[in-house]
Amino acid sequence: MRSSSLAAVLTSCALALVGCEKKESAPSPASGGTAAAPAPGVTPGVSGDTILLGEVGSLTGSEATFGISTRNAIELAINEVNAAGGVKGKKIEIRVYDNQSKPEEAANAANRLINQDNVLLILGEVASTNSIAMATKAQPAKVPMISNASTNPKVTQIGDYIFRVCFIDPFQGYVMAKFAHDNLKINKVAVLRDLGSDYSQGLADVFERKFTEMGGKIVAGETYTKGSTDFRSQLTAIKRAAPDAIYIPGYYNDIGLIARQARELGITAKLMGGDGWDSEKLFELGGSAVEGSYFSNHYSPDDPNPRVQKFIASYKKAYGSVPDSLAALGYDAAMVAVDAIKRAPSFDRAAIRDAIAQTKNFHGVTGSITLDEKRNATKSAVVLEVEKGKTKYVDTIAP
Amino acid sequence: MSDFTQHLINGLAAGTIYALVALGYTMVYGVLKLINFAHGDVMMVGTFLGYVVAQKLGYEHQSSLWGVLVIFLAAMAGCAVLGFVIERFAYRPLRDKPRLTALITAIGISFTLSYGFQLDFGPLPGAAPRAFPEIITPREWLIIGDRAVVIWNWQVISLAIAIGLMLMLQGLVYRTRFGRAMRAVSFDHRTAALMGIPVDRIIALTFMLGSALAAGAGILYAIKDTAIQPLMGLYVGLKAFVAAVIGGIGNVPGAVVGGLLLGLVEEFVVGYSSSSWRDAVAFGFLIVVLLVRPGGLFGRVAAEKV
Repeated sequence: MRSSSLAAVLTSCALALVGCEKKESAPSPASGGTAAAPAPGVTPGVSGDTILLGEVGSLTGSEATFGISTRNAIELAINEVNAAGGVKGKKIEIRVYDNQSKPEEAANAANRLINQDNVLLILGEVASTNSIAMATKAQPAKVPMISNASTNPKVTQIGDYIFRVCFIDPFQGYVMAKFAHDNLKINKVAVLRDLGSDYSQGLADVFERKFTEMGGKIVAGETYTKGSTDFRSQLTAIKRAAPDAIYIPGYYNDIGLIARQARELGITAKLMGGDGWDSEKLFELGGSAVEGSYFSNHYSPDDPNPRVQKFIASYKKAYGSVPDSLAALGYDAAMVAVDAIKRAPSFDRAAIRDAIAQTKNFHGVTGSITLDEKRNATKSAVVLEVEKGKTKYVDTIAP
Repeated sequence: MSDFTQHLINGLAAGTIYALVALGYTMVYGVLKLINFAHGDVMMVGTFLGYVVAQKLGYEHQSSLWGVLVIFLAAMAGCAVLGFVIERFAYRPLRDKPRLTALITAIGISFTLSYGFQLDFGPLPGAAPRAFPEIITPREWLIIGDRAVVIWNWQVISLAIAIGLMLMLQGLVYRTRFGRAMRAVSFDHRTAALMGIPVDRIIALTFMLGSALAAGAGILYAIKDTAIQPLMGLYVGLKAFVAAVIGGIGNVPGAVVGGLLLGLVEEFVVGYSSSSWRDAVAFGFLIVVLLVRPGGLFGRVAAEKV
């Protein structure tokens, strides 16, 4: 008894010490990073002949395929830039940290990039929840951050150092509402959303509002939580409402199962979704159940544009698969960053921030990117249909 | 009415899996007074074993009863070995240490398995979800009304397998020498040792039995919900733990009743109120049960021995 209470006291002492140590050490690199460099040669992220960039991605966990394709594409972009001689005579290096698909880990990883590695700017993430967690670290430290594929409006609202190269949720929700109403000509839709995801909530809210404005009717609204694999109860409730289509703005790993279980329960309604569907895993998990479904996306691999085809060819050569839209956006995010570093008068983070903000008509793989005053990209979206285990281009919907 | 039938089927299917996993929690708690938080992850390993065997044997697109049997037996045997190894090397050395030590070790094992399996080398599966092969070719078994309710052959087979496993366990615990020894150890392991019962061996066997059941539950889960990934054990494990506590942890019939109740409660909450309430009601139900009967539905509240 005595020994265990002694151990407890010792442990709490040790914990207290560790706590103090952390508190003391944290501010010093942060202040070093944010203040103007006191001596030449210690500009954050730039040393000798290299420029260090950081990336946070979901390399493991539930959204791993997003993180892996993003990382691959960013690597590809940087290798291309370095092979062409780098930027201002310096090679670019990238440090990538995994966040296990969790926002708290994303925040930790961003902290590490800012305080320990002292990177020039941060790229990532895909999931809006993770990007928001990272942005709350990058903004106070005044480190520019470019999210490749987080479409929730809140991400860039965190501050003037946070950018993105994709469109935002209101637009994606509007695209599918318009497509359902004008192209599919249906007016009874059920919505099934992921309760814990900012992304899913954002798309679902806008879809419901826009679709109702256009004269359609939302006949059922159900939710699920990340991690569950049994959606039969929600789907049985949806079946009772007999919708023409079900809008499910979720991620591919859930969608495949939802589609299977919907068909198993005898639901024949069309399924619709957003860019979170875009993964080869969708077809593996969903099989024939996802055939004939529609989703909005950032780009289509069918696009004949030579810039797109060149990107697809080099990605395929390096990683052996067709890049999904997250990869395309990751590539664009890296290229926008490189373009800004080229245009900025110095390697100062504030100068880089201003250069990113001035990005105009940048020709990316996912279309022409112009950043507006809210630091969001304005561009059009495509609607894809699932056909024979592949996606098929259906329509482009402009803002 | 057809909704009600459909919800009943869904709830039973989810509940039998909770029940099978809950049995493992409850048996280990019975003999060791340890909540084995790695149990859900053992289930995950079992599912991946089944996946590998199914692919190796080529049962991916053709199904047969023998194939299903082989997959179940292989996964259950593999997990029994895993359960033995975990017990022998992680828990047995800590048997005489404070209970908290073993509990934290259990959490450590859980994380080692669920995150270790996300690594991408050798036989490890990597993080991305995979589709479990259709080892039972889906066929409609019963159609009620104008396809208002469809019951599939695999749902019937899964239910039969689950009930079979539970009956086998019942027989093992109440009709064999091993079962009697196990119950004696769970009652008082010191006295059991004095009576000549090999306590260490009984505990190891209990672990193996619980892990094998978890593997069986894992395959049933994969047949039902298709996607398998290394983190799946955390979610199912948590729910099954709740089921075990509702039924009265340490009590074998309690785990089955708790699992079925939890599955049905969740299902009907989603079906007839709002799906956002699912987890809140599941855990609220746990709190109510514990308030009314602190030992769980079937548990006995033993006076703390001083």
